[in-house]
Amino acid sequence: MTLAGLIALVLLIAVAAYACAGGTDYGAGFWDLFAGGAERGKRPRWLIDHAMAPVWEVNNVWLIFILVIMWTGFPVLFQTLFAAMWLPLALAAVGMVLRGAGFALRKPMRRVAGRRLYGALFAIASLLTPFFLGAAVGGIASGRAAPGTLPSAEVWANPTSVFFGLLTITATAFLGAVFLSRDAERFDAPDLVGYFRRRALGSLAVVVLLGVAAFLVVRGDAPHLWHGLTHGVGLALVVVAVVCVLATAWLLLRSRGAWTRTTAIGTVAAAVLAWGFAQRPYLIPPSLTVREAAGDPTSLTWLAFVTLVAVILVGPALVLLYWLDTHGELESLTDADLRRGAPGNPAEGE
Amino acid sequence: MHSSVQLPAQALLLVDAPAQLLPARELMAFTLASHIILVPMGVALPLITLIMHYRGLRGNDAVALLLARRWSAVMAVQFAVGVVTGTVLSFEFGLLWPGLMGRWGDVFGIGFGVEAWAFFLEAILIAIYLYGWRRLKPRTHFLLGLPLPATALLGAFGIIAANSWMNTPQGFTLDSEGNPVDVDIWKAIFTPMFGPQYWHFVVAMFVTAGYVVAGVYAVGWLRGRRDRYHRLGFTVPFTVAAVFTPVQFVLGDSIARSVFHKQPVKFAAMEIVWKTDTHVPEYIFGRLHPDGTVSGGIKIPQLDSMLAGFKPSTKVTGLTSVPAADRPNATQATIAHWAFDIMVVLGSLLLLLALWYAWVRFRRRKEPEPRRLPQSRWFWRSAACAGVASVVAVECGWITTEVGRQPWIVYGNMRVAEAVTATRSTTLWIMFGLVVVVYVFIFGSFLALLLKMRTRWRLDDAAGGVGQPAGGPETDLPYGPRHGLQEAAPPESATRKGGPS
Repeated sequence: MTLAGLIALVLLIAVAAYACAGGTDYGAGFWDLFAGGAERGKRPRWLIDHAMAPVWEVNNVWLIFILVIMWTGFPVLFQTLFAAMWLPLALAAVGMVLRGAGFALRKPMRRVAGRRLYGALFAIASLLTPFFLGAAVGGIASGRAAPGTLPSAEVWANPTSVFFGLLTITATAFLGAVFLSRDAERFDAPDLVGYFRRRALGSLAVVVLLGVAAFLVVRGDAPHLWHGLTHGVGLALVVVAVVCVLATAWLLLRSRGAWTRTTAIGTVAAAVLAWGFAQRPYLIPPSLTVREAAGDPTSLTWLAFVTLVAVILVGPALVLLYWLDTHGELESLTDADLRRGAPGNPAEGE
Repeated sequence: MHSSVQLPAQALLLVDAPAQLLPARELMAFTLASHIILVPMGVALPLITLIMHYRGLRGNDAVALLLARRWSAVMAVQFAVGVVTGTVLSFEFGLLWPGLMGRWGDVFGIGFGVEAWAFFLEAILIAIYLYGWRRLKPRTHFLLGLPLPATALLGAFGIIAANSWMNTPQGFTLDSEGNPVDVDIWKAIFTPMFGPQYWHFVVAMFVTAGYVVAGVYAVGWLRGRRDRYHRLGFTVPFTVAAVFTPVQFVLGDSIARSVFHKQPVKFAAMEIVWKTDTHVPEYIFGRLHPDGTVSGGIKIPQLDSMLAGFKPSTKVTGLTSVPAADRPNATQATIAHWAFDIMVVLGSLLLLLALWYAWVRFRRRKEPEPRRLPQSRWFWRSAACAGVASVVAVECGWITTEVGRQPWIVYGNMRVAEAVTATRSTTLWIMFGLVVVVYVFIFGSFLALLLKMRTRWRLDDAAGGVGQPAGGPETDLPYGPRHGLQEAAPPESATRKGGPS
């Protein structure tokens, strides 16, 4: 494997990580949107707040990492992507702002009206952002962008883009529901376990339907991608994704929660990796290969080194964070903690 | 800002500039300026909070622990808003300046790589710190928070490496087509302007965060709340800021001299020097006209040469040493000059305030603790304003360096106009309008939330914690067992009236 190929692989793994980690958070927002009115949706929203709070910022950093690898490793790819996909990416960025701010500002709100407003922002943006990101990927995969392509609607409003966008939304909803179902066990809310398990099954069914439809659309609309998905490594990864889907469905139907998260992550990660490998040797089929887009070899070497340091330093920290989070060691401060003279918080003797 | 620099927008445009240039620059300036307000808190508040936390643990001091917990609650909201505004900035590199990243990304991008994983670590550690108060062992919790300041400094390292490279680009050679080849990463990161910019920036972050946090308690002091909680909440951050202020004064002086040596034309804009000359006068404020004359301001003979090279015979490069197309125009020079002067004036005032504080602390070192702080109302009024002043100074510093760099995005190698996106300017204006609306809404909500938290805590303190339970998402005891969901989501209780503060 060449150095550029290695960096391309790192980029693909980062995209898969963002799809899984960030996707779970977007999915939580999806269920927040469809949780019903203030009264009916109170408990699921409470769970969503608590499950997401400690990790969503970390999950968002994958995206920064993706952008950095892109402009340092493959400057031409970065330039082409942002030139051709201007509008969907700009809207995705606005969506991210509204989503993050809506989530962060909703929690400390006291009034129902305020919570509703910020909650709605968070939830609606959780739907739009993945769609636009998926649509941009669809435009790339179907070879509609090339170096020098000017922004136009056709680049991201085409069959592959639309199906990729919808598939991204449902995949995030599926991930979100699977994780929230496990979180409900952790947070001691037995009724919500079933609530989210049913939703996970439902969204998994939609993922399968949309996946098959997208497959058929790709056959006519993105021939290079179709060829990659039906041969070699791409095909193997598609098979892995299908096996993970079946395993997840079986586990959900048998109410065995223990491994559902792993198989759900496996589904999404395998699908993303399948897309990446199917595109080989292109970053943007059929105009830009990995080799053509690669930046200066010295920069690539250093980028590989920086990535290695990141794995050594960030890896254990990330494992620690997820371990603490899934073992219920992370809890937000309550009002009582922030009150003077509250129990457990002896008043000072002035 | 003085009315004399608010010129019509057309004056900022170069004759042959693409229509996209103005909206793109406005949007970038707006989002950067907004993000920069949050950065001091992201970089320095963890350290200030950890100092307070340490005091609380060491002396088993409930007041210090309460302050640290409340500050981390503020940090949680602030960090979240900072994450999203920072994400927007990285998107804007592609949305607004694809030409910059497409040609130079592999030369100076590695700094961002360092920043990305430093930021990754910071996000992880801050999450553990913020959510670890209740269930982690106090010692473990504190130790996990300890690397936070280091990760913040590393993140700043990456960003400043990229910015200083744009000011003094090096570490590459150009091939026949003008594209960079043979990248030398080491040289590209440690550019001549990197050291001065980095230390000036980092110290600015500590000074600003300290004064902003202390300012909150200074206001409380002026309103008659002088218990130990307010005294401690003021003393720790203010002392941090006051220690760094004189350091910053020296660093500021030295970075100005670095600019004089490395970017003489930028220095000429900052000091509105028109012709290369010796015995150059220093103008405090004043306005540069396109014909090179200066109106208004205070003129001090010979001082500029003195400051630049310690003797009046120092030769200072003027704006006219390069063709008009390669230097900031008169308006841009005036903006950079004003921003620079405002920053210097504010820095000098903050230095006086820090010295006043140090003098009083020294004089009263033998008195009992409550009497050690200054008693003058004017001191407290100044301290209350110091936070705003330092934020304004930070903004002015960035305006100085960014406007003084015009018309270059990569100094001497690429113009801003060459890097700008090809997206229609109408689209950019619409996007700019949208972003302004969204940001005003978010920053307004953020501020309202902080004020609400403060009012809530003040009422809690006044009631001694015996008030009715707050109707938040949950209310139970810290360090208690994990609660079930059943009692965790009480009905929305009637919101308390926040009295006028």
